Amino acid sequence: MASASAVDVGRLPLRQRSLARSLRGDLKGGEYTWALAFLVPYVAVFVAFVAYPVVYGLWMGSEASLYRELFADPIYQSSAVNTVLYLALGVNVKMFLALLLSGFFMRPGWWMKALLLIFVLPWAVPQISTFISIHWMLNGEWGFLNNVLWKLFHIEGPHWLNERWMALGAVIVSHIWKWTPFWTLILLAGRMAIPLEIRDTARVDGATGVRGFVYITFPLLANLYLICTLLSTIFLLGDFNAVTFVSGGGPANTTHVLATLGIRDAFEIAHPRLGVAAVMSALPLVIPLVIVLMRRLRTAEVQL
Amino acid sequence: MSTLAAETRVMSARAIARPLRAVRTRRALETIGTVVLSAALIVWTLVPIYNMVMISLEPEGDVFTDHIWPRVWSPDSFWGVLTQGHWYLERFWHQFANSCYMGAMVTVLTLAIGSLTSFSIGRMRIRHGWLVSNAALLTYVIPASFLAIPFYRIMQNYGMANNLWSVIAALVAFATPYAFFVLQEYGRSIPIEVDESARIDGASPGQVYFRIYLPLMAPALVAVGTYAMLLAWNEYLYQFLLLSSKSSMTVPVALAQFLSSDQSPWNYMMATAIIYAAPPVAIYYAFRRRMTAGLTVGGVKG
Repeated sequence: MASASAVDVGRLPLRQRSLARSLRGDLKGGEYTWALAFLVPYVAVFVAFVAYPVVYGLWMGSEASLYRELFADPIYQSSAVNTVLYLALGVNVKMFLALLLSGFFMRPGWWMKALLLIFVLPWAVPQISTFISIHWMLNGEWGFLNNVLWKLFHIEGPHWLNERWMALGAVIVSHIWKWTPFWTLILLAGRMAIPLEIRDTARVDGATGVRGFVYITFPLLANLYLICTLLSTIFLLGDFNAVTFVSGGGPANTTHVLATLGIRDAFEIAHPRLGVAAVMSALPLVIPLVIVLMRRLRTAEVQL
Repeated sequence: MSTLAAETRVMSARAIARPLRAVRTRRALETIGTVVLSAALIVWTLVPIYNMVMISLEPEGDVFTDHIWPRVWSPDSFWGVLTQGHWYLERFWHQFANSCYMGAMVTVLTLAIGSLTSFSIGRMRIRHGWLVSNAALLTYVIPASFLAIPFYRIMQNYGMANNLWSVIAALVAFATPYAFFVLQEYGRSIPIEVDESARIDGASPGQVYFRIYLPLMAPALVAVGTYAMLLAWNEYLYQFLLLSSKSSMTVPVALAQFLSSDQSPWNYMMATAIIYAAPPVAIYYAFRRRMTAGLTVGGVKG
């Protein structure tokens, strides 16, 4: 069939021809082969390295008894609480800061450009380097933070990473430190895309400062802000590095989140199915998020 | 007459002076605000980085002291890393080469696969292309770490453990969707008539792809390539799970091994961390403008 020329295709019975057409669309035989061949690499990668692991994972975590075991585990319970806190604080504080800072960076002048260059540094430096540095910085005895507190104010700083809530706080702050620059850049670009005329007209009509933000800028940025928040929620849910390197899940496994707990269960206590179950227990949150995001991202030519 | 005119001039000057003063005070307040906020941002941003630099420049014994400024500046730790002087670092260059190889392969493959896909769907408009874009969208919104355990199992079954290519495969699978979206979005700015006229002149789709599509897409390809490279350089989990032998290990895995030992040689760790951070920071600042453009498109419009 593939070798049939265009003339032959024209002579096929009606039903077959429409089938061929519905498959090929407007492309002619040879072109269709090219287009198909160009798709093969991605489809192969997707099937082998995304779809197959997804199905395999669903199969691994499909026993109900796993979830009974999981929910009875006190480490899982505290991890679930940590995950919710990490999401609620990490995403919202970061996005709100990014929203405010993107407005700050809209100010004119060489100084703002130079400051922005410094400000994006946390994002440009690899995660592992900076999180290890933060880990040691928070050391109770010889860490930089406590040294500064002692030298400048003669305060004995606490052992930051030896207590659950402080350690979790440190993880959240590290996340905010690392990722605020990235979202600031995105929101900054969103603000830049607001046509100058709109801003100028609004200013003439008296919408400056806070009023300009509430009535003009934010409504125009709202859609972008929502998409960024949702995306950042998903990214943060899958975040492994901040917890692993800043708190290491400690003290006594009290600061794990679902992503790190899954890996711990699978590799430290060698129970891979339980690890998959830990991750899968986030699905009731992930699936609605994914559906909303897929809709938004597919249709959104961000409306500005 | 003239005094009257002078008087009115003074009056009007006074009338203007009041709002002018208000404007001036507001300007001054704004300047102060900017200075304070800038200072706070600089401190906030640089503290962990300063900590990294400071410790890397301290001699080994000085790490466990309460200095907030190095007592003596010594580049010994850097020298130790570069000459593989510490027993933890005996294979540093090998690991660094592994990281580079992995980064380069992820970049090249992401660019190749992403551009082929976006050419087929965006330019040739293959039927049912939306199926593939939805698959890509789905991949983009699944957290990679959630697939790590089954992925590890599968690679074990294939006998791909301790093989750099297992990590490369995972990273390409997760980087390509983003590449595809950015290229797709950028491609919209190039009129489809360019392709059509080349086709009428007798070019095959392959020729259109190589001679017309790729050159015109160069700016977007730079953005996507930088993104893929940084993604590979930032990644830790898959490398940690899949690469455990000394010969297949990359720098992040080796760095994390430092952390798990009892007496971590912090000065060497920080020196390694800085050397490892140098390439992505240089690349980021070199391609900064294009990166930002690409990010807005891909990160936001999807």
